[in-house]
Amino acid sequence: MQQVIRICSKEFKDYFISPIAYIVISIFLLVTGWFFFTTFFYYNQADLRNFFNLLPITFSFMIPAVTMRLFSEELNVGSYEMLLTLPVTFKDILVGKFLAGVLFVAAALVPTFAYPIFIAFMGQLEWGPVAGGYLGALLLGASFVAVGLFASSLTRNQIIAFIVGMAICFTLTLIDKMLFFFPRSLLGVVGYLGADFHFQNIARGIIDSRDIVYFLSVVFIGLYGTHIVMQEKN
Amino acid sequence: MIHIENLTKYYNDFCAVDQISFDIKKGEILGLLGPNGAGKTTTLRMLTGYFMPTSGTISVKDYQLDDNLLEIKKLMGYLPESAPLYHSMLVYDYLDYVAGLRGLDKNKKISRIRQLVDLCGLDEIMHRTISELSKGLKQRVGLAHAMMDDPEILILDEPTSGLDPNQIAEIREIIRHIGEEKTVILSTHILSEVEATCDRVVIIDKGKIVANDRMEILKQFAGQSHFIHLDILRATFQDVNDKLRAIDGVVGIEKIIEKPNGPLSVQVACKSASDLRESVYHAIKQTDWVLIEFHQETKTLETIFRELTEED
Repeated sequence: MQQVIRICSKEFKDYFISPIAYIVISIFLLVTGWFFFTTFFYYNQADLRNFFNLLPITFSFMIPAVTMRLFSEELNVGSYEMLLTLPVTFKDILVGKFLAGVLFVAAALVPTFAYPIFIAFMGQLEWGPVAGGYLGALLLGASFVAVGLFASSLTRNQIIAFIVGMAICFTLTLIDKMLFFFPRSLLGVVGYLGADFHFQNIARGIIDSRDIVYFLSVVFIGLYGTHIVMQEKN
Repeated sequence: MIHIENLTKYYNDFCAVDQISFDIKKGEILGLLGPNGAGKTTTLRMLTGYFMPTSGTISVKDYQLDDNLLEIKKLMGYLPESAPLYHSMLVYDYLDYVAGLRGLDKNKKISRIRQLVDLCGLDEIMHRTISELSKGLKQRVGLAHAMMDDPEILILDEPTSGLDPNQIAEIREIIRHIGEEKTVILSTHILSEVEATCDRVVIIDKGKIVANDRMEILKQFAGQSHFIHLDILRATFQDVNDKLRAIDGVVGIEKIIEKPNGPLSVQVACKSASDLRESVYHAIKQTDWVLIEFHQETKTLETIFRELTEED
C-alpha cells in the first residue's frame, strides 16, 4: 500500500511540476465556465444542471490528455524497466497511476466549487443535486481515467494514446444518444452502456446502486485491460 | 547465489536466449560478453524479473523467481542499458523517490543519498533536471539508483557505453570497489572492460553460451599461440618470407603492409608455447635490413571472442 502511495504522489506531483496541470486545468475551467455562464442568466434558475450536462463531453477531451503519458511516456523513455525492477508489483504501479489520475481530476474540480458558492448567494440553491453531481463527476472521472490508462498502455506514442482514449470516452458518452442506429432488441443493453445516462442520474441527486456499479465496472474493466496489455508486453 | 537453468526466451518465433545455464557465486564479478543481439540484455531482463522466461528456472539464494519475485527484486539493484530515467525530475527528487520505493526510512534516506553522491560524484548535479544531463552523468545517476539500498546483487547492462575514457575508468573503479563484497553481473561487448573488471566471463552468441570460465583460465587458453610483429626497412616480402620460414617453429608469415619506400610490416605466427624472438633476431641480424619495430603479441580475449563468435 505504501508503494501505491509513493507512486501516486510522484505521478501527481509530476503533473504540477510540468506545465500540463496548469494548462489542462485552466482550459477546463475556461470551457466549462464559458458554456455554463453564457446561458445561466438566461434560464434564471439557481442550479448547476448545465454545468454537469456538459461535463461528460469536456471530460472525454480532458482526461485522455491527462492520462496519455502515464504508461506511454514510461514505455517510450524506457523508465518502465527501471520502475518495474524496483521492489514494486505491477498492481502497485497500476493502482498508483490510476489514483494519481483520479486525484488530478479532483484537483481540477475543486476550483469549480466557486460556481455553487456564487449561485448560493444569488438564489435558493438545492445542495443535494450539487453533491450528487460532484460525486458523479468523480466516478465519471475515475472511469475515464481507467479508460485513458488502458489507451496509454497500448502504445509508446502519447498522441495515439490520447486519440484512442478520447475515442473510447467519447463513444461511452454519446452512445445513448445514438440509439436509433441499433436494432430494437439491443436498445436496453446499449442504452445501459452510456456513461452520460448514468452520470445524469447521479447528477440529479439520485444515488442508485446501478449507476455506481456501472462506473465501478468501467474502472475495473479499464484497469484489468491495462493489466493484460502490460503483462503481454513482458 | 544465483542459479540459472535452461533459461529460454522466444520473441514470437525468434529465439533470443536458448537454454542457458550457469551459476554465479557470492562476491563474484561476472562479465556477460557477446556481440550485439546475442541475448545479453534479454538474459539480464529475465534475471531481474522484467521479462518472463519462456521456459527455464532462475533461483536467487533460496527464492524462486516465479514465486518470490518481490523478495528477489529487493536483493537486486539493476541499471538498464543507457539509464532510462524520468526526464522531468530533478536528480535529488529522483533519488529520493527511488529511496522511498526501496523502503528506506527518512533518516536513512538522507545519509544513504549523501553516500551515493560522494561515491558516484553527483555533487554538482543534484538540483538539475535529468533531461539536461549528459549521457555520462545520467549513467552515474543510474548507478546511484541501482545501488540505493546497498543491494547484494548488482546487475549492470553495458554500464560504460557512451562514456568518455575518464568516466569509464571511474565507473570501473566503482564496480571493482563494489565487487569486493557484492555480487556483480555486467554485460558488455567491450573486451577490455571484462579484462579490467571481471573474475569470470560467460560469452554468449546467438542465445547460446560458447564459453564460461574464470578469466585466468581463458587467458591461459588464449596465450598458447602468439605472433611476432615486425616492421622492416629495405627488405622485400619475398626475402623476409624465405629467411624467416627457415626458422624452426614458424608456422606462417603474413604481410600486413608493404609500401615502395616505407617499411614492410609482417606478422609471424609462431607454434604454440615457443618463444622465437631470439632466433628471429639472429636471423635478421645476418642481413642488412633495418629493423624498426619488433614485438610479440599474445592472443588476447579479443581473439578468443572473435573465434568463438564469428560466423563460419
